[in-house]
Amino acid sequence: MLKVIDSAVPVPCWSCAVAHNESILFCPHCSKIQPPPGGDYFSVFSLVPKLDLDLGMLEHQFHKLSRKLHPDRFARASANEKDWSLADTALLNDAYRTLRDPIRRTEYLLKLQGAEIGEEHAGKDRKDPSRVPADLLEEAFDLNMQLEEMRMSKKMGDTDPQLQSDLEGAKKKYNDMLDGVDSDLRAQWQVWDNGDEPSRLEAQKKMVSLLDRRRYVNNLVRDVTETLA
Amino acid sequence: MAAEGRVVGIDLGTTNSLVAYMEGDKPVVIPGVDGSNLVPSVVALDPMPKDGRPTVTVGNSARRTLVETPERVIYSVKRLMGRGLEEVQSELKFFPFRLADDVEAGEVPRIQLGEMRFTPPEISAYILRQLKRNAERFFGSPVTQAVITVPAYFNDAQRQATKDAGRMAGLEVLRLVNEPTAAALAYGLDRNKEGLIAVYDLGGGTFDISILKLRDGIFEVQSTNGDTHLGGDDIDNLLLSIALDEIHSEHGIDLRQHPGAVQALRKSAIDAKIRLSSEPVAQFDFELPNGDRYQREIPREVFEQLIEPVLNRTAGPCKQALVDAGITPEQIDEVVLVGGSTRIPAVRKLVEDLFHLTARDKKPHIELNPDEVVALGAAVQADILAGASATTEEMLLLDVTPLSLGIEALGGTVAKIIQRNSTIPASATEHFTTGVDGQTNVAIHVVQGERELAADCRSLARFDLKGIPPMTAGLPRIEVKFLIDADGILQVSAREQRSGQQAQIEVKPTYGLTDEQVETMILDSFDNAEADFAKRLLIEARNEADTILTKIEQARTNPAWAQLRGEEISTIDAARNHLAAVKSGEDASAIREATIALDKSTHRLAELMMDAAVTSAIRGKTMEQAGEDLDEDVSAPHPMAPAEFKTDSDDDGMALWT
Repeated sequence: MLKVIDSAVPVPCWSCAVAHNESILFCPHCSKIQPPPGGDYFSVFSLVPKLDLDLGMLEHQFHKLSRKLHPDRFARASANEKDWSLADTALLNDAYRTLRDPIRRTEYLLKLQGAEIGEEHAGKDRKDPSRVPADLLEEAFDLNMQLEEMRMSKKMGDTDPQLQSDLEGAKKKYNDMLDGVDSDLRAQWQVWDNGDEPSRLEAQKKMVSLLDRRRYVNNLVRDVTETLA
Repeated sequence: MAAEGRVVGIDLGTTNSLVAYMEGDKPVVIPGVDGSNLVPSVVALDPMPKDGRPTVTVGNSARRTLVETPERVIYSVKRLMGRGLEEVQSELKFFPFRLADDVEAGEVPRIQLGEMRFTPPEISAYILRQLKRNAERFFGSPVTQAVITVPAYFNDAQRQATKDAGRMAGLEVLRLVNEPTAAALAYGLDRNKEGLIAVYDLGGGTFDISILKLRDGIFEVQSTNGDTHLGGDDIDNLLLSIALDEIHSEHGIDLRQHPGAVQALRKSAIDAKIRLSSEPVAQFDFELPNGDRYQREIPREVFEQLIEPVLNRTAGPCKQALVDAGITPEQIDEVVLVGGSTRIPAVRKLVEDLFHLTARDKKPHIELNPDEVVALGAAVQADILAGASATTEEMLLLDVTPLSLGIEALGGTVAKIIQRNSTIPASATEHFTTGVDGQTNVAIHVVQGERELAADCRSLARFDLKGIPPMTAGLPRIEVKFLIDADGILQVSAREQRSGQQAQIEVKPTYGLTDEQVETMILDSFDNAEADFAKRLLIEARNEADTILTKIEQARTNPAWAQLRGEEISTIDAARNHLAAVKSGEDASAIREATIALDKSTHRLAELMMDAAVTSAIRGKTMEQAGEDLDEDVSAPHPMAPAEFKTDSDDDGMALWT
């Protein structure tokens, strides 16, 4: 879904014909809106790919760019400018939505680096059963048995208080586990943002498996929460 | 701003519609010919279509015909917009109108109105055209561009149907704005407030909840939820069906066989509902066709128990919106109430509970008239789009898509490609390939909704990607770009990447009109022509002049006339003679000025007539209005008419956030 295009080739502005770098939203010379640039989501915000982002700055930039790009600002412009405003704003919104969320941002950056990862936000149907973390295999199996028992007894209308408290305990345990995964991820962000090439590659590998683990634990938390509700 | 550059804001409501514009730095509602800000969303077919073209009336005059000729009147058509045949069939159970006999599955349902048949967008177009004319009459110049509001929870088909209606009415719809967002714009106009706002919008037929973040003039919607099938109509139907059942069992009369009587009873139900917002008890007193009376007392307590299930249906969407925005009720700084149904005290109580307001010593905002606030917000958005005003140049609305967009995958499951509450415009790119060697077509089914199975979601459209170069199965790589635009409407484009060919897309919208169909339904192709416009203004001005001249002649026999002083009569006569003289001329504005002058000169006469006719004197009425009211039972509002409300929210000042 991503196009990473080398943006070294200069293109002339449609309006003033002054050549500009391709990954630009407005002509630096005449300030006219340009067709959607080919760069990645980071370049929309004039950022180099990195993981530890200042979200306040990101929001500020998002608002600033929205004011200039939004179709509301082009309601009476030429048909081309209207189209570009629509496409540019869609790109801006997609970029902001991805980058402001820590997990989506990490997934996105890893994909930019060519990593094969699942998508946490893609819904149940896309979860990949082959990626169950080995250490969780057994307890996840037990948990699923308990969940099934709970669903059955709920259907019958009586719940075992022991089972109820076991499941609440499990919910807390896996929530804590999620927090642990998140802080491990943040530690790897620092390595990736500040490290040299070999340590970056190492961090990428670790983040891919952390994300797999997170997705799996997240599903467990969701199942327990749904069953208890 | 040039006159032809005016963009108006329109609230196309289930019960009432309004048109507003920015007068300097303030949005104001444009009144209709009858001086009323609200145009009832009622369309009636006149008895005799001239030259085969339908002649319709819209608004109050259409509503008056509802009891006598219910088969020629349509209301609440918004509930039918963008809906399929089956949905419309189940909807129509509560309404006196019916589907045309020859409607086939898969086409846009048409409603039988007298001897004519109309699609819901055509009916809406008549309402829009009336609003357009009201605005043109007010400005004295053509109006061709508008912002129209829609419920935030409207899906793609409902939005497209609204846009189609605009086009049929001769309006270029510059933007569809979500109603709760519009309300937030109206409230947020003259303040540099920052914070989180919840807009709770319970209208005649739809419910919306939106949570917005305000910062530096940017109104960023965080989440939205709702029910496009929930509103004041449901409360009316509850009261109505109880009354119908009781009449059946107590008096042995099945009123359901008498559409006119059902409409009269509906009117009584609405009156009772409205009264219960300010009184502890309301009476049903209804004359049955056999002369018996159905009398019943409804204490507010009973009413509140009755409507509790309806009101509780708003709680789920509110909670979901909070979860989706990632906030708790306590984090909401302000709550804004929109829609006539929020006048019900039980609704206000529910809102206070949902957002924990009482504990935090807060009250929901009701400063702006809940019937008008959406139209006022639409006018603000119209001003933003026109881009020529200092008042709104710093304001920007960032709205979201209310429903997730997905593609039907193998096994009938849904692969979501754009999540709900994504800021729009939003896009997603997906790649498709072929499953069979030499295959040149790929079918894609796009759905909207949150459920796991495509069959449980709303079908939006089926796309056929055609003209794929024949290749080995799995080799073609077709890139399809889905884009939800700023109106919340889906656009699709596709390209085969290996051959570089632009794949053709054939869009078959599941519910909706084709471009060609819309073209044939455009109401008046000459509506915007300059010469035609001048002619129309002249005809309208003459009609208004005739109306008031007739009323004056009738008034001469009224006892109130005798109470006028001599100089008052001579002033009226002078104004009358002047109007009669200019009326035959070609100058529309001279006729209008003379009409207004005559109307003003009869101000006291109108008051005298009102005083004589009504015990509760209505002040400030002019001749024309008094005459209209006297034509009928003054004390009884029309079916679906909003009654007079005694609230502190009706002043036009924009109170500050507390």
